[in-house]
Amino acid sequence: MDVLFPRTLEELQKLRAETPGGLVMEGGTDLLVKIRKTGQKPTAIFCIERIAELQRLDVLDDEIVIGAAVTLQQLLECDTIKTELTALFEALSVLASPPVRHSATLVGNVCTASPAGDTLPPLYVFAAEVEISNTSGRRRQSIAEFITGPGKTTLQPDEIVTAVRVPRPVDGTHSVYYKVGKRKAMAIAVASMAARFEFGEAGAIKTIKMAWGSVGPTVVGAIGVEAYLAGGSLSVDCLREAGRLASAAVCPIDDVRASADYRRQVTGNLLLRLARDKRD
Amino acid sequence: MTLNFILNGKNLSVETSPDRRVVDLLREDLGLSGTKECCGSGECGACTILVDGESRLSCLMLAAQLEGRTLLTIEGLASNGELHVVQQAFVEHGAVQCGFCTPGMVLATLDLLRRIPDPTREEVRRELSGNLCRCTGYQKIVDAVMAAARTLHGGMS
Repeated sequence: MDVLFPRTLEELQKLRAETPGGLVMEGGTDLLVKIRKTGQKPTAIFCIERIAELQRLDVLDDEIVIGAAVTLQQLLECDTIKTELTALFEALSVLASPPVRHSATLVGNVCTASPAGDTLPPLYVFAAEVEISNTSGRRRQSIAEFITGPGKTTLQPDEIVTAVRVPRPVDGTHSVYYKVGKRKAMAIAVASMAARFEFGEAGAIKTIKMAWGSVGPTVVGAIGVEAYLAGGSLSVDCLREAGRLASAAVCPIDDVRASADYRRQVTGNLLLRLARDKRD
Repeated sequence: MTLNFILNGKNLSVETSPDRRVVDLLREDLGLSGTKECCGSGECGACTILVDGESRLSCLMLAAQLEGRTLLTIEGLASNGELHVVQQAFVEHGAVQCGFCTPGMVLATLDLLRRIPDPTREEVRRELSGNLCRCTGYQKIVDAVMAAARTLHGGMS
């Protein structure tokens, strides 16, 4: 298996055309584990870590552009992400471990498309888009449309995700990420939740967006829960009822980490943490 | 392929297959068996090395990725027969029992103290959370890291 290091996107596309059966590697923390486990080596690996264009981490006026070669650790050290995309920052803080975060990338986490991918619920609530490129051009797609099932995306064989673009939230936006796993590090979530809020007069919820991980084939949104909470408050009573709606809206499975019933219960209970963390 | 990188302060040029895992290159080809392999899948941290100063897992890196990089393994830490401050602290605080996790734990500690020179105990636990130890119960490892931080940082906290 050859390991190639293109320096530009054009060079990458050329190498891919010349080497059918090759795979693109971002940080390699999922791909190399999979290759070793299955014993199925691709014809070549195209490492994107030295492509300058994919190393961009740009805070623009209206959005944050995160290139495919940007590591999770770099994102953790970005002040704008910490202050404006707090839910994403919190998800990155509990994703794997420091040495993994020095290799792994956000685009890699998106393309792996695990139902338990920690960065996915935050990217959903912030309405992130993926930027996709092939030899004939570029397209953009919302994260919700890009991920179609466990490990499945709309990415075509000749395409590469070049960046994730996250719109900058309006001032006064609050966001959180909660994760329940078997341990604090290296845990695959049993259930997780991201929420983004704006508060209006007298602390009433003005806008709200929520997403749950590990409780469905992809990230689960629940418009009913958002509609119930909009205009209301983060009181324990409201959140308890919203939690019941959320438990009913998700579609978890039994697996080695937890039962479906437990996941439903945790989904509802996670909402109660909002009352605990409520800001005055 | 011919690979050029700096290993423990020395320029190195080695012939290797580009898809060789870094842990195999170090242990089997270069005879540096201080770097341990345990899970082989990024869960345990035993194979932690420093690449350009950052902690990375050598079981999840391919040899070709090392081209032009600077590596530090546990073998490169002591100088002139003197243990590094972190190693010395591990010895003094009984942070080593079977020793299998120790090389990775020590290198992860160097990475942690580079980013957070004066950590709290909670920060030490969080930052070393990717390195498993099945002997010590971590208490003595945290003691050692706090002591090393005091020595290196020169602080009083």
